[in-house]
Amino acid sequence: MMKIAIASGKGGTGKTLVSTNLFSILSGKGYKVSLVDCDAEAPNSVAFFDVKLVESTEVYHKVPVIDTSKCTFCGKCQEYCNYNAIFLLPPVKIIQTMEDLCHGCGACSVACAHNAISEKEVSLGQVKTFSTRGKPSIVEARMNIGVMSPVPVIKRAIREADSPSGYILLDSPPGTSCPFVQTVATADFVVLVTEPTPFGLSDLRQSVETLKGMGKPCGVIINRAGLGNGMVQEYLTRENIPLLAEIPFDKRIAEYYSKGVLVHTQCPEVEQLLVNVFDIIIRDHGDSSNKR
Amino acid sequence: MEIAVISGKGGTGKSSISAAFATLKQGVALADCDVDAANLYILFSPTHEEEEVYIAGHKAIIDYKTCTHCGLCADYCRFDAISLDNGRITISEISCDGCFLCSRVCPTRSISMIMNDRSRMYSGSFRNGKMVHGRLAPGEENSGKLVNMIRNKIKQVAEDNNLDTIILDGPPGIGCPVISTIAGVDRVVIVTEPTGSGLHDMQRVVELVRKFNREPYIIINKHDLNPEMSVNIYEWATANGLEVAGHLPFDPAFVDAMLQQKTIVEHLPGSETSLKLRTIWNKINT
Repeated sequence: MMKIAIASGKGGTGKTLVSTNLFSILSGKGYKVSLVDCDAEAPNSVAFFDVKLVESTEVYHKVPVIDTSKCTFCGKCQEYCNYNAIFLLPPVKIIQTMEDLCHGCGACSVACAHNAISEKEVSLGQVKTFSTRGKPSIVEARMNIGVMSPVPVIKRAIREADSPSGYILLDSPPGTSCPFVQTVATADFVVLVTEPTPFGLSDLRQSVETLKGMGKPCGVIINRAGLGNGMVQEYLTRENIPLLAEIPFDKRIAEYYSKGVLVHTQCPEVEQLLVNVFDIIIRDHGDSSNKR
Repeated sequence: MEIAVISGKGGTGKSSISAAFATLKQGVALADCDVDAANLYILFSPTHEEEEVYIAGHKAIIDYKTCTHCGLCADYCRFDAISLDNGRITISEISCDGCFLCSRVCPTRSISMIMNDRSRMYSGSFRNGKMVHGRLAPGEENSGKLVNMIRNKIKQVAEDNNLDTIILDGPPGIGCPVISTIAGVDRVVIVTEPTGSGLHDMQRVVELVRKFNREPYIIINKHDLNPEMSVNIYEWATANGLEVAGHLPFDPAFVDAMLQQKTIVEHLPGSETSLKLRTIWNKINT
């Protein structure tokens, strides 16, 4: 089994374009492949496919429920809580859980010596499995609106997609903070998609530095090549990072994408570019047990 | 007046548009709240007059000299951060949420918590006023708290310098840094684009903004890339009682301006895009 994450520091560079098209190309060629949409705040992959929902699993965490008849307002739970999620006013005997701030760690329950804390489940989002061509193959992490962190839903989705063989493509959330790190941590190789602009380069640099710190191999796809300047290429040469492909800036690609059409079905040159990317990754980082 | 610019989907042109807003009137306070991927510094090269350390939570560290590998910490951890493999305890720095519970339950007191102190907040001046931006260290969490810190700072800076307009360039998504960016602001502007993802992500972020009792303004950027979808977005927005403050064409001049470290209204003040941005800015400020 090999996991390939498709990521970018900057949003909107073409992560989903690459991951949905690569997934479509590989499954069309008969590879055992699944796609996990880890961008739980803004999941968009499923819309490009004709899918059937196979399973939807709710992801919960546990937040405290405080029984004020047993509570002595001693403050131990508040002392244990590292997220300021317990509001306490002992003189007037007010204690309240701030559910929005709670991370569900369970420390307050451990702290309470009076058996006053029980827990209830609060939904953080869903992990949905969809089938394409009759086989379960796309897993979507979808965070509920108003939830603070997508990480628990992302972790669950990646676990759900785990398989002993084949290829797993992870469409990563943007940025370089916790949701990104959680996603790429499980990957064998990371494809960074960028655009040749100063904003693109600045965010690419941060992604590369983060991946270096984690010891993850990566390569870069420059999307909308022709726009901007050559600073990204110069940076890649200097840092000795493989340039996997340059997808040209082409209004047609943007139009197909905006209509929800898989670009490779209309632009054979884009298909060829992505096939090459996959070949390079397999040649340099593939695991020999992974034949089609 | 405090104005937050957000988008749901990344790459719709949020930062370029916030930057343009920041150069449409004399003297503003500008904050880059996209702490994961801050970009405005590229256009504005702000001075770093002040630098503050931001503590992004904690991480658990094991002292193997005293750890008996009993596994109690692993039983209590709810973040799958602690594993007991072949009789040896390890803590994953990536999964640790910094809740302290393992350090409290450890019978031999072998777990200590260290602060994540590599994130920074900078404040200084740029050519049209004052600017604050943050830099979250890779992999760190609680970015919403860093956004709060930036917002407190920019408010104080604006007050000290008699700047009555605060512009916040927000992060993509709908998670905690976005919530921190929009909570309590006067105006929320959502920049979207005519793609299926643009519409879907805008709908999610509109719902979030409404939880904070604000009615966002919508800007449809690159509207000519898919006029049909632009109409869909316009219709959805108006049917849902939202004001579309304007639409902008796909304009390569945004990139040209960026290469010259300028905003589009500085680069081509008389262009159609710049004039439209001015009209939109006036609408938002009424």
